[in-house]
Amino acid sequence: MSLADSQRSRRARLPTSVRGRAVLVAWAFIVPAFIFYATFVLVPIGLSIYYSLLRWDGIGKATFKGLSNYLVVLSESDFLQILGNAFQLVAYFTLIPVAIGLGVASAIRNHLGGRFGAAARTVLFIPQVIPLVAAGIAWSWMLASNGVVNQALGLIGLGGIARGWLGDFDFALPAVGLIGAWVLLGLCTMLLVTGIARIDPSLYEAAKIDGASAWDEFRWITLPGLRQEIGVCVTVTVIAALASFDIVYIATGGGPGIQTTVPGLEIYRLAFAHRQVGLASALAVVLMLLVIVCVLPIQWLTRQPK
Amino acid sequence: MSASVAVAQSRAAPAMRLLPVGTISARAILVALMFVTLMPFVTMFSAALAPSGTYPPGLQWPANPQWQNFVDAFQSAHMDQLLLSSTIIALGVVPLSALIGTMAGFGIAKLAPKGSKVVYLLFVLGLTLPFEGIITPLYYEVRALGILNTKLAIILPLIGLYMPFSVYWMRAHFVNVPDELGEAAQIDGASAWQQFWLVQVPIARPAILSLAILQFLWTWNQFLLPIVLVEVPLERTMAGALGAFQGQWGTNIPLLCAGSLIILAPTVALFVIFQKQFVAALLQGAVKG
Repeated sequence: MSLADSQRSRRARLPTSVRGRAVLVAWAFIVPAFIFYATFVLVPIGLSIYYSLLRWDGIGKATFKGLSNYLVVLSESDFLQILGNAFQLVAYFTLIPVAIGLGVASAIRNHLGGRFGAAARTVLFIPQVIPLVAAGIAWSWMLASNGVVNQALGLIGLGGIARGWLGDFDFALPAVGLIGAWVLLGLCTMLLVTGIARIDPSLYEAAKIDGASAWDEFRWITLPGLRQEIGVCVTVTVIAALASFDIVYIATGGGPGIQTTVPGLEIYRLAFAHRQVGLASALAVVLMLLVIVCVLPIQWLTRQPK
Repeated sequence: MSASVAVAQSRAAPAMRLLPVGTISARAILVALMFVTLMPFVTMFSAALAPSGTYPPGLQWPANPQWQNFVDAFQSAHMDQLLLSSTIIALGVVPLSALIGTMAGFGIAKLAPKGSKVVYLLFVLGLTLPFEGIITPLYYEVRALGILNTKLAIILPLIGLYMPFSVYWMRAHFVNVPDELGEAAQIDGASAWQQFWLVQVPIARPAILSLAILQFLWTWNQFLLPIVLVEVPLERTMAGALGAFQGQWGTNIPLLCAGSLIILAPTVALFVIFQKQFVAALLQGAVKG
């Protein structure tokens, strides 16, 4: 119905007489979404908290254990290492894509037009549309002892350091981090490239006239101008690292030892293989809180008006 | 002066005449990035063509490419059934969750009954939720509902898990629609329901499309829920089934690579066809999420 129609047939209605009905109708729009959300998210969150206070094998009788599961999760060395692994992954998942993305964005500022730019955009997004498990399988193969990574190392005379990277006690976690960095690199780069295109070009012109160095331009124009985009990249990648599961499950299964075990994988294992539902749930609650605690400050720092 | 140079450059660039140094180095950087991005697929492809059961070198065009590997992987993994199962799951999730997410976004942004702000905050709280955080109770809940090991075990929880983003996303759209539109419809005597379908949904189409694309990708690629909630790989999503194949073919690299390439083909194909919409959805989705 067009505006002209509405003006022709303008009839006054009495909103007060239908007020109660209107409120009901309004809630009818919201309630279906809320029922699904409550049933499959809010109730499970509550149950996670409840289970975390129990000792329960998932079948027999549960006994109430208070906060003792949390004590185990936050003090036993294996759990501390697992939580530490998640933070180490943040270093790879976040720092590498954001640093490379910033470098690339500054270098190709205003040069992403035309067909070439469009092709680059398409290719760089592919890791975002494939399942993470496929990325895990592809990279397991790349990093295998006769994979392409070692092949390339051999070509440049570094064959001596070749190894099965994902099975190596010292290199497995960095190797998993590299896989995550690969998945997130394209997204971060494109976000930052799109962001830098929105910065007023006259700022760079003025800097050039003032004789500013490339570093000055980066430090005083690019970085502040990209604050919001950097915030988005950091938020997305930090969540991806802390809540990682698919890549680790496929690429290393958490090994060797627990060198690459992350909280998500340990929750899965504790709950469904070791039947320690209480402990799994305590770790789950810690993980949920950890994500919120890490993400909120990033949002604060980067969402303020420029 | 510099402005006119910039204009001249931007005019020259599309015509490919006299590429400035900046453009050349920019392209070199992009080529390097594309190389890194594509390398895993190239090496999987070369391995997929090696004789089945062998342990091929990382990257080498096989002397005798075994295209049969793709057929074998397709058949032994029952890819046809998997495609069907993934499609059913996606069709079960996406239309319904896009619809109720859009309705709730509209209700909260435009009808705004008392108390809806609190409900909205509850939705937003779920935005950063890692699925692992609730997978354990979800298992017991789904079992209690009697839908464990059925497609519904994936479909129903996913709809709930997508609600924070969907409501957040659609509310952000509706908040920016001028109130006059809805008011005009009301004056016409349209009910809220009519206003929603006849006025708001048509305008919201791009936002809904982006939302549906993201929900489709997340569903198709979902891994954790299928492996926990559905025991039979053939009832899972393709990504979930891939986990089972890795166990099955872990030692047969050519078949594993061929199977993985087949499994990632559908989303990549859809992406290439609808790349404009996908890129927009992924970029905006990241910003807003």
